[in-house]
Amino acid sequence: MFVIKCPYCGERDQTEFSCHGEAHIARPENPETLTDEEWGEYLFIRSNKKGIHYERWTHDHGCRRWFNVMRDTVSDEILATYKMGEEKPKS
Amino acid sequence: MSNQNRIYKGGRIDRDQAINFKFNGKEYIGYQGDTLASALLANDVHLIGRSFKYHRPRGILTSGSEEPNALVQLGLGARTEPNMRATEIEIYEGLEASSQNCWPSVNFDIGSINNFLSRVFPAGFYYKTFMWPPSLWLFYEHFIRKAAGLGVAPTAKNPDRYEQKFHYCDILVVGAGASGLMSALAAGRSGCDVLLIDEKHEPGGYLRNISAKIDNLNSNDWTNEILKELESYENVTILNRTAVMGYYDYNYLTALQKVTNHLPYLSDKMPRERYWRIRAKKVILAQGAFERPLVFSGNDRPGIMLASAARTYLNQFGVLPGKSVILFTNNDHAYGTAIDFANKGAKVTIVDNREDIPSELSDRCNKVKIKIYPSHSIINTQGYQKVKKVEIQKVDQDNNELTGSLREIECDLVLMSGGWNPSVQLFSQSRGKLEYHSKLNSFIPKDLIKNQKVVGCNNGDFNLLEVLKNSYQAGLDFATELGKSANKSLEIETAFEDLEFTEAKVEPYMIGKKKVTHGSKHFVDFQHDVTAADIFLAQREGYISVEHTKRYTTTGMGTDQGKTSNVNALALMSHIHDKPVDNIGHTTFRPPYSPQTIGAIAGRNVDHLFDPERKTAIHQWHVDNGAEFEDVGQWKRPHYFPQKNENIHDAVNRECRAVRNSLGILDASTLGKIDLQGPDVAKFLNLIYTNAWSKLEIGSCRYGLMCNEHGMVFDDGVTTRISENRYHMTTTTGGAARVMSWLEEFLQTEWLDMEVFCTSVTEQWTVLSISGPNSREFLSSLTDIDISKEAFPFMKMKEGKVCGIDARIFRISFTGELSFEINVPSRYGLFVWNEFMKHGKKYDITPYGTESMHVLRAEKGFIIVGQDTDGSVTPKDINMDWIVSKKKEDFLGKRSFSRSDTRRTDRKQLVGLLVNDKKTVLPEGSYVVDEAKPRPPMDMIGHVSSSYYSPTCDHPIALALIKNGLNRMGDVVKIPLMSGKVIDATITDSIFYDKEGARNNE
Ligand SMILES: [Zn+2]
Repeated sequence: MFVIKCPYCGERDQTEFSCHGEAHIARPENPETLTDEEWGEYLFIRSNKKGIHYERWTHDHGCRRWFNVMRDTVSDEILATYKMGEEKPKS
Repeated sequence: MSNQNRIYKGGRIDRDQAINFKFNGKEYIGYQGDTLASALLANDVHLIGRSFKYHRPRGILTSGSEEPNALVQLGLGARTEPNMRATEIEIYEGLEASSQNCWPSVNFDIGSINNFLSRVFPAGFYYKTFMWPPSLWLFYEHFIRKAAGLGVAPTAKNPDRYEQKFHYCDILVVGAGASGLMSALAAGRSGCDVLLIDEKHEPGGYLRNISAKIDNLNSNDWTNEILKELESYENVTILNRTAVMGYYDYNYLTALQKVTNHLPYLSDKMPRERYWRIRAKKVILAQGAFERPLVFSGNDRPGIMLASAARTYLNQFGVLPGKSVILFTNNDHAYGTAIDFANKGAKVTIVDNREDIPSELSDRCNKVKIKIYPSHSIINTQGYQKVKKVEIQKVDQDNNELTGSLREIECDLVLMSGGWNPSVQLFSQSRGKLEYHSKLNSFIPKDLIKNQKVVGCNNGDFNLLEVLKNSYQAGLDFATELGKSANKSLEIETAFEDLEFTEAKVEPYMIGKKKVTHGSKHFVDFQHDVTAADIFLAQREGYISVEHTKRYTTTGMGTDQGKTSNVNALALMSHIHDKPVDNIGHTTFRPPYSPQTIGAIAGRNVDHLFDPERKTAIHQWHVDNGAEFEDVGQWKRPHYFPQKNENIHDAVNRECRAVRNSLGILDASTLGKIDLQGPDVAKFLNLIYTNAWSKLEIGSCRYGLMCNEHGMVFDDGVTTRISENRYHMTTTTGGAARVMSWLEEFLQTEWLDMEVFCTSVTEQWTVLSISGPNSREFLSSLTDIDISKEAFPFMKMKEGKVCGIDARIFRISFTGELSFEINVPSRYGLFVWNEFMKHGKKYDITPYGTESMHVLRAEKGFIIVGQDTDGSVTPKDINMDWIVSKKKEDFLGKRSFSRSDTRRTDRKQLVGLLVNDKKTVLPEGSYVVDEAKPRPPMDMIGHVSSSYYSPTCDHPIALALIKNGLNRMGDVVKIPLMSGKVIDATITDSIFYDKEGARNNE
């Protein structure tokens, strides 16, 4: 079970958080202009990385804020956490 | 005769404190400090139980948690526990235990016929037998369940208390033997917060059982000195009787502490067990090693045990379990046990399958008259309920063949030692990688994970002085990493064990394997009765991967998790395939390390603490007035309010009629409520809901549907504009938290520049929904607000006083009748409710529950999200296209409406269903078909989502999702019931009552 450093509250137990899948998939600005394929890409296609993965988490039983996590899916090590809107750290 | 196998002095038992206990109904005496196993051995009881598959008589193999054989049923009544290891149970006055897996008694067990039928119970028996036809599965299951357990589960509720504790420390040391004590000492001296855990009742581990000297102190006295120092440190916590069960990411470990299990009376102040959840900055594993059995024919009889276990019984418990002893070994170390036994007067013979015995050893054996048979192997044993004879034969090492003549030796105890397996279970759980050590013939830790060290025998190191020094250094190193240092260095100059375990040259499993034939009894896994023949069979039948062999033969799958069997099984596979063990691999170790109670994992989260219960401010009134409750999420909601002898149908019919004819009242406080504030709320709502929100006036309410990005309906509710920048959103009861997260997700991750603040106010407001033609007249006398039809039209909100309390009144309706939803602060909720009940008498005000609410809304064709929708339904599918804005450029879900699948015209659509017989209330969830066949499969065209008897219409009504349903009005469809009966029903409009909506505009 992870120890996750919430960018707002600090290090807490994983039980306080939940994960919401891959990060940095922005909702398209004008969905109506997209083809079915492009829209499907946004809805369904995820990178499912082996290695460095960026994902969204919420501190549900804490500050209720969303933030991003950089995690190695092989070692399960959390390498960084950062606020929404911030640049993703380099791997 | 009592304690006939007890020696006069020595050991760590207190001979002045006799303890009475019962085994299989017979009374025995043991002493303070005994385990059930040691006390039984002292009384010359070797037969403990029957084996799992063949019901063979079994005794005591080990002296610890790795015990596969000596499993007993412990205690009586609601506290009885099955499969308890006699080697771990500390005896207490009045203890009662009994044998398992035998009937009518352990001495005469009918199931042992399986032993003679073993040819019909080969590996994979269940897989081969219980396969087909599927209709026989219920029969198979019964058989499998019966065969699947050894002991009996208690039938009454456990009366004990279990607790949990969260613990944070600098350094966790697992195991308080030689190495663990040293690591803890170094860390303790450095001022680190140390948690030292050991599964035995006192620390010391192996040092309690061997002849070793450390700086001129014998190992027992030395251990006590170290303990005294450790106990003097406030920063060191020592937990005995505690087993670390799981080792997870980031040094998170769980441990089970047996707090009062060893006491005759369970205290009502102390829990029975305590479950520790530990987060440690550093972890040092110092769990030691398990001795490995040897695999030979008949190696499972009572009276055959591991050499180290016998030594423990002798030196720690003062028990000499046999007087005529055979030791079968492949290493020097076990000779120490033989010499200890000879010194206590036993006649000892050593069968050693090595050719060259070091002369120092043979000299020492000569002195105490121990005869040695080098290059020999036990090839069979005799004796039914206890071993009485072994057959030995010479081994030709080069050809791995038996030569020479068979020799029989009488005995009453056989000890075996196949070397040592480091206890790598926890290390492996932590994702540590193992490697095969060819000299030890076992797996040892290879790559450590972060913030972890493995020390001592656990790491494959068996030299005592080195172990002590290295373990101390490990503690120091971690302390340094934590920025602390010890003010004392380790002073130990000399430390040596009488005979050290160096390396075992010999294959660990067996000699004479050519004698392994179908049905022969070379046991590899004692608990699951897996023999060498089973392993051979699995390989022949193609289950070659180690994971396949494990599952096919069930080796290592018992409650002991193969602590004594795994390495032998792997070595056997290595022999069969003629490949090094490294290439065979090993199975994965998983928590728990040893069996643990579910009670401890549950802790205090049982009964009413299992899941929080949410109650409205009116709850006690509901209870006092006989409501039957329904769980809606965590909420307790009144389901209906039966009067006198009413059943649910009578009550619901009465409640519904009251609403339609006069005045009903519903506690609607559970509705999700979210307060939205900020300049961008309207813009935000436009993106969240399918309809338009920009023009909503202050004081107006609007119904909205929310869709997810797939265009599927996800929640609904009414949102009201309270003031310029403030809105009040309601959600479904079950969807409140989900909607709140949904709003936050978009505000926090997509539209960061929007100024909208969401606050859950569900519990801040009590909502009383009054409904019925008399509701206006009734309410007008209790409020200062003008609620006349002209001044207060439908879908408006007004603020004012109700019964003298500040309130918001919403003119919205979920019943189709003239309705008002009165919101008051929760602390006044019950007061207002009581006022309503008092003043409503005149109109026969009738409280109604969720069932009537469902019927009333279904009569009007109002959907319930989650019941009439299931996450695969668009607004169009539920005939609510009218609420989807065609003008808005964007909102959540919009783009998906034009995907080819959501655009299909033959999707399942929400329609009404009227049964042709006018009386059958269709079960919700029933399948709808065009053509009913005598048995499935049938082509399903939809399902019934809501179904009730409608007291207003006086016939059953139903809502259903049916393919192309909106274009099939008037068609007759079939509903096959589980009973085999087929009901005809006609597709209709989904509104059954007051289609024009005149009534709520009264
Ligand atoms: Zn936080």
